Amino acid sequence: MNEIVPVVDLRGISIEFPGVKALDGVDLRLFQGEVHALMGENGAGKSTLIKALTGVYAIDSGTITVLGEQHRFAGPAEAQDARISTVYQEVNLCPNLSIEENILLGREPRRRGGIHWKEVRRRARAVLERLNLGHLDPGSVLSSHSIAIQQLVAIARSVQVDAKVLILDEPTSSLDTEEVQQLFAVIRSLRDHGVAILFVSHFLEQVYEISDRMTVLRNGRLVGEFMTRELPRMSLISKMMGKELDALTELDRSDVRTRPDRTDAVPLLLAEKLGRKGSVGNVDIALYEGQILGLAGLLGSGRTETARLLFGADRADQGQLTIRGTAQTLRSPRSAIDHGIAFSSENRKEEGLIGDLSVRDNLVLAMQASQGWLRRIPAHQQDQLTEKFIGALDIRPADKDALIRNLSGGNQQKVLLARWLITNPKLLILDEPTRGIDIGAKTQIQKLISTLAGDGMSIIFISAELEEVLRLSDHIAVLKDRRMVADLPNDGVTMEDVMTIIAGSAA
Amino acid sequence: MNALLKHRLTWPVLALVLLLLLNQVFRADFLSVRLQDGHLYGSLIDILRNGAPTILIALGMTLVIASRGIDLSVGAVAAIAGAVSCTYIYTSPDPSSLRTAAVAVALAVVAGLVLGLWNGFLVSVVGIQPIIATLVLMTAGRGLAQLVTDGQIISVSNDSYQSIGAGFVLGLPISILIAAAAFLAAGLLTRRTALGTLIEAVGINPVASRLAGLNARTITMAVYVFSGLCAAIAGLMISSNVTAADANNAGLYIEMDAILAVVIGGTSLAGGRYSLVGTLIGALIIQTLTTTVYTLGIPPEVTLVFKALVVIIVCLLQSSRARTLLKQRRRPVTATSDVKVAI
Repeated sequence: MNEIVPVVDLRGISIEFPGVKALDGVDLRLFQGEVHALMGENGAGKSTLIKALTGVYAIDSGTITVLGEQHRFAGPAEAQDARISTVYQEVNLCPNLSIEENILLGREPRRRGGIHWKEVRRRARAVLERLNLGHLDPGSVLSSHSIAIQQLVAIARSVQVDAKVLILDEPTSSLDTEEVQQLFAVIRSLRDHGVAILFVSHFLEQVYEISDRMTVLRNGRLVGEFMTRELPRMSLISKMMGKELDALTELDRSDVRTRPDRTDAVPLLLAEKLGRKGSVGNVDIALYEGQILGLAGLLGSGRTETARLLFGADRADQGQLTIRGTAQTLRSPRSAIDHGIAFSSENRKEEGLIGDLSVRDNLVLAMQASQGWLRRIPAHQQDQLTEKFIGALDIRPADKDALIRNLSGGNQQKVLLARWLITNPKLLILDEPTRGIDIGAKTQIQKLISTLAGDGMSIIFISAELEEVLRLSDHIAVLKDRRMVADLPNDGVTMEDVMTIIAGSAA
Repeated sequence: MNALLKHRLTWPVLALVLLLLLNQVFRADFLSVRLQDGHLYGSLIDILRNGAPTILIALGMTLVIASRGIDLSVGAVAAIAGAVSCTYIYTSPDPSSLRTAAVAVALAVVAGLVLGLWNGFLVSVVGIQPIIATLVLMTAGRGLAQLVTDGQIISVSNDSYQSIGAGFVLGLPISILIAAAAFLAAGLLTRRTALGTLIEAVGINPVASRLAGLNARTITMAVYVFSGLCAAIAGLMISSNVTAADANNAGLYIEMDAILAVVIGGTSLAGGRYSLVGTLIGALIIQTLTTTVYTLGIPPEVTLVFKALVVIIVCLLQSSRARTLLKQRRRPVTATSDVKVAI
């Protein structure tokens, strides 16, 4: 196979952003008639690499060779001229135009100064039929179709330009099983027509089903290129997570704290087969007072979705939720908060911060919201609370009037934590509370979590760092491909155990 | 000095003062206020009195804009309020009594509240974009007002009613007092309670606000109801001032003046932090401009263009980008010091 010249050959690609080396000498080879999966956890550099290949980012060093010709893309248009097409997770088409208009947008055949509509229809139909989509009406408006069909239209558009390379970035994340199969059928047919396909997905099983070869990245570096059938799931996971298996078994577990065993009491929160269509399913959780439950799973496995269900941010449509022995339906975050549940989102900027307000306003927001607008927390009490938490959590700068958007990520995170702590929640759901913050703030937050649980607060802890989850949690719920697949009491669970579960096809 | 230059109200205040001085240059008695028959008279008083409806409506508009919305229907609501009250007075058996005037005012206020509720419902429950949702009432409202007045201009003669727009108390026009009271009430209501901060939070980041437990729906509803209330009172002033309800022309284009006043006052149309004082100054600038046009004897054809020019200048002065450009022109070498920290 190695004698064949790759269609795309990236060598030693490096891209640097201010203060971060996003990619460090990464290689990627795409071959004709092959589906190549690009694998890696959060921050591994997958999207940066795709953006280098599609001309969105300029590379700092390395070479890009397409069809034997070396390129230096100055923009996406040049990459498209080199016959590289990309279909993004969010469909980048015009929803208010028809299917045929979208397929031929910008390349409409012309006649006498106008668009030759008959020819447009003919070409669009030809492409659709080639992809077994002949049943679609080319004249129908794109937005009247499902996301899956829209994605297939996006692919049709790239087929129309006779792309040699097709990049699919998370194409299946909002599709159901049947739609995925439809998409895969199209991918296979393109592959058989000699297109080189780069496939990015967080769904492990899908990667194993569709790909022939994979490249694994970690922290901006190349881990290696592998043939899919020669790489067991288990070793793929350990390569993505960066722990060799033998090293895993020697995990230091000395600082494990004594864990309360309260299985005789009524659980604070009991979820039975809780789920939501298109989001996450089969969530079975029994959480007792003072316990820490860790949610483990790869990126996109449904960790955040589970948290959102338990907080009422999304409404569950399957299963049952019981809080302190009474069945409840959480209709909104407001109702969850009334039950003593708090949720700190992984998405600080979009779902946490009120950027243009001060540290103090942000800190008292949740407490104020539950008191109602009429009973304003008196200024001196606001100041007192803010100063207390600025001290306790070491928030810097120690200025309660600073706009929160000007703080660093770690300090913003501490303010958001404090926002919930002053409401005295019974259950605190923390989604990636330690992501993107420096190591000092990280240990502070981990210690805080232990202390809070020691004081009787129940905590659901989500982190992409499995090691962190294992160290902090009493119970570990494992998620895979948007379903909960296991609940392990943490009596010496190793990373290997969890990885085995994720690798197993018991979904 | 630098802090003063950076304060967001500095430029609007400066613009207002300059406008007033300009008038003084052309008319020596412009800034003088004299007492005549126990009433205060003068151009400044006129500006305040004629500006009262705009001030009121701009107050409501400020809160709506802070919540990331906009209310285009205020002019129509003002017309409906005037139509309702005048029609009631006109058809009542005792058209000149105080009691009739009181009921008429109450009816108009209720109409304003209901219409505000309707806007709030469309925006927060149905989820229609504010500009479209209130456009519905902007167009339909004039029709509603015409239905109420049966297409006629309803003239009334009721001294109590007339005093809302034209009366005096303690030497001051009543409309100024009403506007001042509404301004104080809005200030107290939003800044003494947590309402102001919650409105800002919803305006800055609705998603995060919902996750923090705010009831964004109720807050959105409340700002539109308040805007409807302000518009109704403004409508009462307008119709009382001319002792008639004109469904077609009462409060025509006042929504534009109100939005301008809010923007000049430094509240961003993108929502978030707002300033009621800024809005007050903005409304006064707009009213002073109208007066200036008369003082300077600018021909009426040029009036709107002149107004537009002044508004553009004020907005440019406020834009930090325009200011930076201006500074760079003057001092091309100095490095900018206020580089924001990323992340």
